[in-house]
Amino acid sequence: MEIWLWAIGAQLIAGLGAVMVGRWPRVATFIGAGGAVTGCLLALGPTWRVLLGSSPDPLNMQWDATHGTLRLGVDALSACFLLPVLALSALAAIYGAAYLLDYRRRKSLGPPWFFFNLFVAAMELVVIARSATLFLMAWEVMSLAAYALVTFEHEKPAVRKAGWIYLVATHLGMACLVAMFTLLGSQAGRLDFDLAVGLPALAPGVAAAAFLLAIAGFGAKAGFVPFHVWLPEAHPVAPSHVSALMSGVMIKLGVYGLLRVVTIVGLPAPWWGAALGAIGLVTAAVGVSLAAQQRHLKRALAYSSIENIGLIALALGVGLWGMASRSPVVATLGMAAALMHVWNHAMMKGLMFLAAGSVLHATATGDIEQLGGLMKRMPWTARAMTLGAVAMAGLPPLNGFISEYLICLGLANTALAAANGPGLAALLALGALAWIGSLAALAFVRLIGITLLGSPRGDAAGHAHESSAMLVGPQVVLVLLCLAVAIWPHRAAQLLSPAIGQILGAAAGETLFSAEALTPLSTLATINVATLASIGAVATGLMFACRQARKAKRGTWGCAYPRPSPRMQYTGSSFAAYAADRLLPRPLQSRVKRTDVRGLFPEPTELASRCPDALEENVYEPLFHRVADLFAHLRFLQQGSIRVYLVYMLLAVVAALAWVQLRGGVSWGGSPSRLSLPDGPAARPTTSFPIASYTSIF
Amino acid sequence: MLKQLTVFDAASLALAFAIPPLLLGTINKTKALFAGRTGPPLLQPYYDLLKLLRKGTVLSATATWVFLAGPAAGLVAAVLAALIIPLPGAEPPISFTGDFVVLTLLLGLGRFFTALAALDTGSPFEGMGAAREMTFACLAEPALLLGLLVLARLSGSLHLSCMLGGSVATHWGAAGATLALVLLSWLIVLLAENSRIPFDDPNTHLELTMIHEVMVLDHSGPALGVILYAAALKLFVFAALVVQLAVPVRSGWAWLDGAVFVAGLLGVAAVVGVVESIMARLRMPQSPVLLLAACLLSAFGAILLVR
Repeated sequence: MEIWLWAIGAQLIAGLGAVMVGRWPRVATFIGAGGAVTGCLLALGPTWRVLLGSSPDPLNMQWDATHGTLRLGVDALSACFLLPVLALSALAAIYGAAYLLDYRRRKSLGPPWFFFNLFVAAMELVVIARSATLFLMAWEVMSLAAYALVTFEHEKPAVRKAGWIYLVATHLGMACLVAMFTLLGSQAGRLDFDLAVGLPALAPGVAAAAFLLAIAGFGAKAGFVPFHVWLPEAHPVAPSHVSALMSGVMIKLGVYGLLRVVTIVGLPAPWWGAALGAIGLVTAAVGVSLAAQQRHLKRALAYSSIENIGLIALALGVGLWGMASRSPVVATLGMAAALMHVWNHAMMKGLMFLAAGSVLHATATGDIEQLGGLMKRMPWTARAMTLGAVAMAGLPPLNGFISEYLICLGLANTALAAANGPGLAALLALGALAWIGSLAALAFVRLIGITLLGSPRGDAAGHAHESSAMLVGPQVVLVLLCLAVAIWPHRAAQLLSPAIGQILGAAAGETLFSAEALTPLSTLATINVATLASIGAVATGLMFACRQARKAKRGTWGCAYPRPSPRMQYTGSSFAAYAADRLLPRPLQSRVKRTDVRGLFPEPTELASRCPDALEENVYEPLFHRVADLFAHLRFLQQGSIRVYLVYMLLAVVAALAWVQLRGGVSWGGSPSRLSLPDGPAARPTTSFPIASYTSIF
Repeated sequence: MLKQLTVFDAASLALAFAIPPLLLGTINKTKALFAGRTGPPLLQPYYDLLKLLRKGTVLSATATWVFLAGPAAGLVAAVLAALIIPLPGAEPPISFTGDFVVLTLLLGLGRFFTALAALDTGSPFEGMGAAREMTFACLAEPALLLGLLVLARLSGSLHLSCMLGGSVATHWGAAGATLALVLLSWLIVLLAENSRIPFDDPNTHLELTMIHEVMVLDHSGPALGVILYAAALKLFVFAALVVQLAVPVRSGWAWLDGAVFVAGLLGVAAVVGVVESIMARLRMPQSPVLLLAACLLSAFGAILLVR
């Protein structure tokens, strides 16, 4: 168990070291990135061993500030989220070392590396924390460190706005989480994660309330619709290795939190699965619809992350429904699909963001209408990105296909096994999933086709050069990981099965895990290998057949037009407009503003299209403006003098004490204990006062 | 997964890979009959394929390896899809739980790379074709999958060989209305996915109105031959689904069933030819509406079944 603490410690020390030597950018980079990589590599081995079946002893320490003890532990569920965190963080650190050095003339590199290490360490702590207080503290540190990383280029107003939206969203989620853990803690009397052990099952109402709060709280981090608005703002402005980490693993920790809560609150009710599945379906549909229309490369990827989080939520919903209806096959398939997609998406979205960063680095623009023709100028990045796109579209022969298949199979089994209502719902959900999957393929054909293929649409793309090995290397590693999962999906499922068993067994006291449900995966492996090998063989054969033509190439046939130019190429906007016009409801379509052509001698005309988030524009912005106006009335409280604030604090403490006194003590877990003022060390540990422990967080 | 092949299985497989160009020939012959022409010989697509394989190629200076990966992926996807489709009386070489999901995803793979190869040339028309193809697929795929799920629910199995096996005949009695809706939906999907009238006119000469053909404008020689064969194979896959849904004959004599199946395939090709002869191509904005209708037909079929 200590090894994980060593890893976290190494990263924290490296972060501090990077700040101290911030004056020398190369040294700061070396220390910052080196520490992050060292920490990740240290913990990678033990985490892998946990997945293989070893179970390290949890670590318990006395901790005054909390209810219960300071507990750390790595079980199968933790390990299965810890592994992508560690692997992607190490790769992102290597990539970031080269990526950030470009800024060395303008910015100190100490703080970014400090926050990067803090961010990684906090993510690790989130998954190994075993008590609510520690979990929430790590969660908050993770959110704040991510904020600092997102606002790296804080001199730009757009970046500050994005950071602000992220900060608000993440704290609204945090409030729900505090409420949820307080609720659970007040039922169990402790804030440890094994609090349900040995206690009678929670009342259905309490469990349901906790579940809804968890969906809101963790959903804000994961990006469930309607809490998704921060993702498309924060991801494009963050440095690319940070986007990769946030999208690849940080938002997945929301999924981890949900799963952890499921293991705490006991057997789910059927409607939980239906609700989560519906949220997932809506999230995926909205995400993919908007991903298909974005002009900015990384914004499109951010929306695609929303889609994938939706797919994970849908799979979780299927799994929960399977648990509730005691159907081992459905439960196993749902949970396996969710966890497998967490891994797959970490790899492929990490890959896509790193590749996008490499494009940004080479061309200084993320606007796909300025790009094109990068397959020739940046062959390695472009190949990695193409393979990533195949994976993202959920197509064979890559790893996205595996999880897509598992989700479909889970839904199909529900459609087969369930009674009429849920059966029909699952059936239609699978139809909707087919729509989402095809639209994802469309989105990535567009993204890849416009960015990498054809001729350059602007000078930036025309003069691009392949990035350095430090930027390309991590992408290659991620491609290899994607291929590994595609070729050995059954091995990946074996690694995941202890975690699936833990989720499916812990709640009910009986295990619903069914290993047989995962047997078709070895067939998928054969199909993947066959597809890879035969596409390679046929393409090589065609290249051989065309060997004469490859020496003397001609221009693209422009339908008899004598001098085709790059500006005549199909654009990403027209590609998106065609699809959106036919497939999407109007609120999800781009807004096009044009002036009509009039008269015999028309004036110059113009057309502008943009794709805003309808929810943000029509709901959140008016809502928050209204709230801000209301709070403006309270401005007289903010005097800016420290004495006034001290008075406020005094009043707050007096009010809290008075409230406790008048209620005759706090009842916490059914055992009323009188509050005694901390007049000596002996009196401290036994007091049970929730506010005291939570003030230590804020 | 990979089964031992009997003589009959091998014969079915050989037929499955040999017959697709004949379907194209049948369509053309039917159209010629309707127009009062003699038309090209039935075997003309085979001659075309042989001719293309021997021809030289012109490559665009804009194009990269993706340009040739497109036809390759299209062919591989179609071949694997054909291997998943069960043929009457024969064990499909690839059969496992949920193989129908993989079938739709394989078709998606072919489409993905064909569209990428189109964008690789940098031609405005090919980009337009790619946008159209990907858009229509978003509506065709749910229709196909919902229909397959209806069959899954009816047969209580997630194997295509059970879903399309002899049990279909009994389901026509119990859930005829549902199956009729699915059949109609699949016919529409067949026409759309194989770029036939009323969605696309394979004989058109105006690039602006093409869908599938415009994506392969720049391909020539062996690459075009591969594309042509893959397209024929895709037509075979859809026709095989439709025939096994519409004519689920299981007499017990495998060879007889096989003959009925082949006759059914040619019948579907003739139906496509008749549709092409008596209908004009829909205006481009109307095509998605028809595909949406196909989705709704399948969905209604499902609702009728599960209600």
